[in-house]
Amino acid sequence: MFSFTKYSKFYYLFSGVLIIASIVSLAVFGLKFGIEFTGGSTMEVNFTEERPANSTISEALAEFNLGEIVVQPTGDKGAILQFKGVDEATHQKVLEKLQSVSGLEEKSFQYIGPSVGNELKNKTQIAIALALVAITLYIAFAFRKVSRPVSSWKYGMTSLVALFHDIIIPLGAFSLLGHFYHTQITIPIIAALLTIIGFSVHDTIVIFDRIRENILQKGTALFSQTVDMSLQQTIGRSISTVVTVLIVMFALFFFGGETLKYFSLSLIIGVASGAYSSIFIAAPLLVTWHNWSEKRAQKRG
Amino acid sequence: MNLIHFMQQKYLIFIAIAILAILAGNFAYPNYVDRGVDFLNAKFSWHLPHMWQKPYVLGLDLQGGVNLVYQADLTAVEDKSGAMAGLRDVIERRINLFGVSEPVVQIQGQDRLLVELPGVKDVKQAIEMIGQTPYLEFDEARTEAETQKILDKIKEVQVAQEKNEDIQKIEDWELALQNPYIKPTELNGKYLSKATVLFDQITFKPQIQLQFNSEGAKLFEDITARNIGKPLAILLDGASIIDTTGDNIIDQNDLYAPIIQDKISGGTAVITGDTSAAVANNIARRLNSGALPVKIGSPISQETVGPLLGSESLQKSLWAGIYGLVAVMLFMIIFYRLPGLIASVALLIYVAVTLSIFKLIPITLTLAGIGGFVLSIGMAVDANILIFARMKEEIKRGKGLSLAIKEGFSRAWPSIRDSNINSLIVCAILFIFSTSFIKGFALTLSLGIIVSLFSAIFITRILLMVFVGPRLEKFKWLL
Repeated sequence: MFSFTKYSKFYYLFSGVLIIASIVSLAVFGLKFGIEFTGGSTMEVNFTEERPANSTISEALAEFNLGEIVVQPTGDKGAILQFKGVDEATHQKVLEKLQSVSGLEEKSFQYIGPSVGNELKNKTQIAIALALVAITLYIAFAFRKVSRPVSSWKYGMTSLVALFHDIIIPLGAFSLLGHFYHTQITIPIIAALLTIIGFSVHDTIVIFDRIRENILQKGTALFSQTVDMSLQQTIGRSISTVVTVLIVMFALFFFGGETLKYFSLSLIIGVASGAYSSIFIAAPLLVTWHNWSEKRAQKRG
Repeated sequence: MNLIHFMQQKYLIFIAIAILAILAGNFAYPNYVDRGVDFLNAKFSWHLPHMWQKPYVLGLDLQGGVNLVYQADLTAVEDKSGAMAGLRDVIERRINLFGVSEPVVQIQGQDRLLVELPGVKDVKQAIEMIGQTPYLEFDEARTEAETQKILDKIKEVQVAQEKNEDIQKIEDWELALQNPYIKPTELNGKYLSKATVLFDQITFKPQIQLQFNSEGAKLFEDITARNIGKPLAILLDGASIIDTTGDNIIDQNDLYAPIIQDKISGGTAVITGDTSAAVANNIARRLNSGALPVKIGSPISQETVGPLLGSESLQKSLWAGIYGLVAVMLFMIIFYRLPGLIASVALLIYVAVTLSIFKLIPITLTLAGIGGFVLSIGMAVDANILIFARMKEEIKRGKGLSLAIKEGFSRAWPSIRDSNINSLIVCAILFIFSTSFIKGFALTLSLGIIVSLFSAIFITRILLMVFVGPRLEKFKWLL
């Protein structure tokens, strides 16, 4: 029988490296927030003939005082332009000017005022905090009847650690993507991150449920063995579930169009990290914690 | 229902599920059955009806259009919610006059107004039109001579138009653009203090009381003095304040014009008549929105999606969903064989039922909504995977097939319940955002979770019970 808990130090090390890398990246590069949070305008166009160089576009629009103009090429002839918030009249003038540089059709235009951006930032913080609290409470509630040999709040805390793992790693990834590819944190990505919170706990719950069941059935001879057996029994399911979700998310990533691309990417990273953390972090952590408290109890006499 | 009873009825329930599946599938995508019906009708000259046609409601990001959010300035207003209702009403009237099909005008929170205009091409004009301050005017009747003069001019212009002549050469051609029956007075919304609905002490019929300020009182006195026995038309944004012809559209045929009974001094007037309380409230609200116009200025956020991008997004996300669905089914069949096949069938039923619910309620499908739905396809099989894993274990322990199925379901249930409740909690929290993207996503995902519980547990169980009988004991490798 493969012992999952035997090599827990390696898993902790691996995850620790990833988490530290993520935190460093977040500290150094930060996150690039989309205009939903910062306010501004974004414009998606498709040039009918040839896409002008980014610098040509920026120079052509210099007269409008648009602040920093970010031009991102998309597809063969498309481009996404981002600049400071403008009203509809200015937007039309910008469009006319671009039209004179090279023939194009506008696919979409978005303007977000500064007040809306701040409001969304606040709401995001509240939603994330609420989700974390609600889920911790739910886990504590679901495991309220399990107290031996590990008390129920420890299940809650370990799942929270796993959760932290699953949020920080995608955030780190997006901070890198933001720095090198200008990928921004947008509303869809926030939605994905919150879904990851639910999904990752999903996995942890199934494994913890098994541990609980095995404790009830076979007593609590050796906790690490019980956890190993439970992981053994649930690993097939964990893999299958993650694979089915990854399948549909990869389908969205490759075929689902521009808006859903980064939404699915964040889910892909988060779900993969969630499956890993449930098996290799949450459950082994329960054992490590249990052993540590046992040792302390023994020392005390 | 005890188990034995349940077992006896399994074929009945199976047939019911089959019918549900066929109905839902063809309701969600009626093209094939309708083609079949057409074929049969043509061949045998039958008159079979088509499937019930009900289109999916598509969000702006999938059909193209503009989404505008306004912040109203309510600092000078006492009755804030009344003022917002009035503003909503005024904007809705204007948009209807503009000729947009199925617009959305919604109050969000305390002082926000959301306006969605599907398929609008000239966004600039739409924004200008919405941003205008409401204009309330009181018009008096023209004299017969004036009316005749304008009617004659209109005729003259029409004749010229028919002959393709330049109408601008006609003397005083602008007269033809005016309303032949009424003309504006000096009295307008800025002289009106407020309008309230009262009920007659004796007849209990609703009345509308108008209160003018001191300047307005003087103007109103003059106008009523010179128009006794004649109508006084009330117009908002140049059109009748309410629909008077009963066709629910306000156009040139409508005119709301109470008759002036007497000269009214003192600045307070009452409009009586045989109207319902609802109509009276409607009139009073619109009078107030003209009296105390709420300013909304330019939108605080705007999203315009071209029709091309909309249909492109729809196509792409749908195909991504189909690829994902097929790949998940293949995966399930390869790894779980017969139960996998059954789970795949349940998954198909799940997709058909969920899409039917989207149509029935109806739920506005957005790109995010489709994203949530596609995600739920991947998550829907999780319950089945849990159950099958348990079943396999029970079979390994030497239990008979039907007992293994039963145990598989009952043992997997707590995990399925807990993890799904978790996802629903997150969906509920996502609703905090008023952003339509997140709402659409949370709505379809939570609906998907609920329907998937039904399909993964109930439908799969019935299918397993019907197809996996004692005769399969020999073919355990299929499980």
